[in-house]
Amino acid sequence: MNMPTDQTALDALIRQRLDEILPQKLEELQASKTPSMTIIATKGTLDWAYPPFILASTAAALGWNVSIFFTFYGLNLLKKDISDLKVSPLGNPGMPMKMPFGPDWFKGINWNIPNIVQAGIPGFESMATMLMKQTIKNNGVASIEELRSLSQEADVKFIGCQMTVDLFGFTHGDFIEGVEYAGAATFLPQAQKADVSLFM
Amino acid sequence: MNFDKELDAKGLNCPLPILRAKKALAEMSSGQVLRIMATDPGSVKDFAAFAKQTGNELLSTAEKGKEYEFYIKRK
Repeated sequence: MNMPTDQTALDALIRQRLDEILPQKLEELQASKTPSMTIIATKGTLDWAYPPFILASTAAALGWNVSIFFTFYGLNLLKKDISDLKVSPLGNPGMPMKMPFGPDWFKGINWNIPNIVQAGIPGFESMATMLMKQTIKNNGVASIEELRSLSQEADVKFIGCQMTVDLFGFTHGDFIEGVEYAGAATFLPQAQKADVSLFM
Repeated sequence: MNFDKELDAKGLNCPLPILRAKKALAEMSSGQVLRIMATDPGSVKDFAAFAKQTGNELLSTAEKGKEYEFYIKRK
């Protein structure tokens, strides 16, 4: 092969070879890379406990590396006992209030209860939570406890925000085993490298 | 179709059928076939995506009334 002597011809040759080689090389690199995801979980209610654990456990099942940072109210999701997570229809016009029992026509009714009534009835939130949990069960949707332990089994990393632990007066003993504690400086470099980064 | 293991995911909703399938596949050896029965209509697209991403081969998908049947070959 005759090597071109002048710079321009050499550059043209390199560009041409790169065009030939690069697409396949990039595809190989893409295929060999393990996808990764970081999630910030900031909410501590029953409804908002679902998105981080559903996505984390599913991503892990797809073979991704996943970590969830639990901060502020999200720390509630790491407590040993999460059977007291609640969901509130108060000030939440998007939440349907339906009965999980009785004939279909009855189950289909959306009980539109005014905020002022909801706020005035003691135990309204507990009742709404009970109804929601029954609906979850009826529909074959996993419990938060189940999704959380499935995530842990699948090596999803749980990271608790140490600042929030201090702020809310928690101790590490309040939370399940296997949680690491760190801060924003730990999250950011991981998020920088992650393919998917979500705030919930 | 022959299969080596069966998973009953009927009545389970997203993402449980996928999670259970992943677990079942992990306990199998390469080349073995897993048969999955599910009722979640979302599982049709989900199992296709799961197979594509994990490299386990989705041999067939069938709809039988309100039930779905999948055959997945372990990578």
